[in-house]
Amino acid sequence: MKRMYLDHAATTPVDKRVLRAMLPYFTNKYGNPMSLHSFGREARKAVEEARSKAAGFFNCSVEEIFFTSGATESNNWVIKGVVKASQSRKPHIVTSAIEHHCVLEACQGIEKDGLAEVTYLKPDSRGIISVESVKKAIRKNTILVSIMYVNNEIGTLEPIEEIGKLLEEKILFHTDATQAVNYFNCDVKKLGVDFLSMSGHKIYGPKGIGLLYIKKGSLISRVQEGGSQEGEMRAGTHNVPGIVGLAKALDLVKKDKNILQLRNHLISRVLKEVPLSRLNGSLDKRSPNNANFTFNNIEGESLVMLLDKEGIASSTGSACSSRSLEPSHVLSAIGLKPEEAHGSLRLTLGKDTTKKDIDFIVEKIKKAVAKLREISGNVLEEYEQLH
Amino acid sequence: MFWKNMNNYTKKTLNQFLKPKNRGKIKNPDGVGMVGNPVCGDLMKVYIKVGKNKKGEKNIKDIGFETLGCVAAVASSSITTELAKNKTLEQASKITKDEIVESLGGLPREKVHCSVLANQALKKAIEDYRSKSPASASASAKSSARSASAESASATGRKRRRSQAGKAF
Repeated sequence: MKRMYLDHAATTPVDKRVLRAMLPYFTNKYGNPMSLHSFGREARKAVEEARSKAAGFFNCSVEEIFFTSGATESNNWVIKGVVKASQSRKPHIVTSAIEHHCVLEACQGIEKDGLAEVTYLKPDSRGIISVESVKKAIRKNTILVSIMYVNNEIGTLEPIEEIGKLLEEKILFHTDATQAVNYFNCDVKKLGVDFLSMSGHKIYGPKGIGLLYIKKGSLISRVQEGGSQEGEMRAGTHNVPGIVGLAKALDLVKKDKNILQLRNHLISRVLKEVPLSRLNGSLDKRSPNNANFTFNNIEGESLVMLLDKEGIASSTGSACSSRSLEPSHVLSAIGLKPEEAHGSLRLTLGKDTTKKDIDFIVEKIKKAVAKLREISGNVLEEYEQLH
Repeated sequence: MFWKNMNNYTKKTLNQFLKPKNRGKIKNPDGVGMVGNPVCGDLMKVYIKVGKNKKGEKNIKDIGFETLGCVAAVASSSITTELAKNKTLEQASKITKDEIVESLGGLPREKVHCSVLANQALKKAIEDYRSKSPASASASAKSSARSASAESASATGRKRRRSQAGKAF
């Protein structure tokens, strides 16, 4: 059976060119970049070349790039490190209700510890955080605004550049650009951000590597202790092959017009051909590889498993697919009822997705949805009549 | 448990999910039980048709289900109907959630509640049948003209109780 991978927002395959660049750093050039000898020096050279490539990609200086284990670490570092460094007695953070769990849980943690107050901005029904709402949420003690560039579930594009202009230099501004790097301009000067997080494995690079851009002079403490790596800001032996792979993956990022057409083909066919279906999140302000649907009277995990049986890899915001048994916080935030969030399906395209794949997938979705609706009958309607 | 995601269903569970048995409504059911709620994501409805076995005991002659829910919910519903079919009402009322889970070869811990729901739906369908059918309140009840009229006198009261119970789930 041919397998089709439509879950590129979860992770991507490592590009062969990336792998090739990485390989020497496992077995031949395996030195620790902090060592004095030649092994150390060649590893150090590779790390600094990678840093220079990353700085070029984000249009910043090399001293502003800090390698981490991925966006989760980068995001935790920003939230906790900025609070830690703050002079204010009880600082305030503005973020959104649709951030990745790593931002939300880091914020909830510092709130619980009484270290800061946090405002979670609600998006509109299209999944967009308005600049106006950010403006209104700012207080005297606001030290940080953290808004994601592209949402990982519904793919919506947030107005980062506009928020950057609003905040100017007065309040630190962080964006989690994990889902954006592949498709949108990540020039930190253009965006007006002080911090930017990203991960290698979302852009055809390896897992376990990412970076944090920190604008020079920004007030932030380290949160990981135990070594003088990364300008004494992030302790831990450098993941040299990962760092080399991340830089190569950034090198290979290029505009892909094809993916938008394919995605639009997918959306229009599904909405036309699957009864009682709809798109979650704005169509225009959206990552070109993301489609997120709700199908009435079905549950997402069941749909994902039926598609998996056909070799199609997808994902859902249904509670049943998570350990919390609560539906997606993103779909809830844009106003979906729990049963609507349960019936969601996310398909995220990649550079190898073809039109033939999409047409095959649409046929399989139609069949799977019909099958699940046969199993569910009218139970939802009957339940609603009773209540 | 270290891995808290759901990609660890047993083969039995997946088979029941992919090819559910006794799927769908049955015509003129003798008892219906509906449980769950759309917030948690699982809604189940079990339909039963009651008959008699060779010994003259009341049994589940036919059974069907409709389920809006996850893999575990569909699989639990399916296996529950299989376990209950052709059993006497007495036997079917004694099916436990552990039996359901065992028949599926185990369920992820977070999914055990699906087996509870399937079991409750079956029990409700049996209760529904018993509350509607005069002479069946217990296996030993011998229907005489007198007790039948007593049953019908209390039937309205029982009906009211049922509709209240319906609101609670």
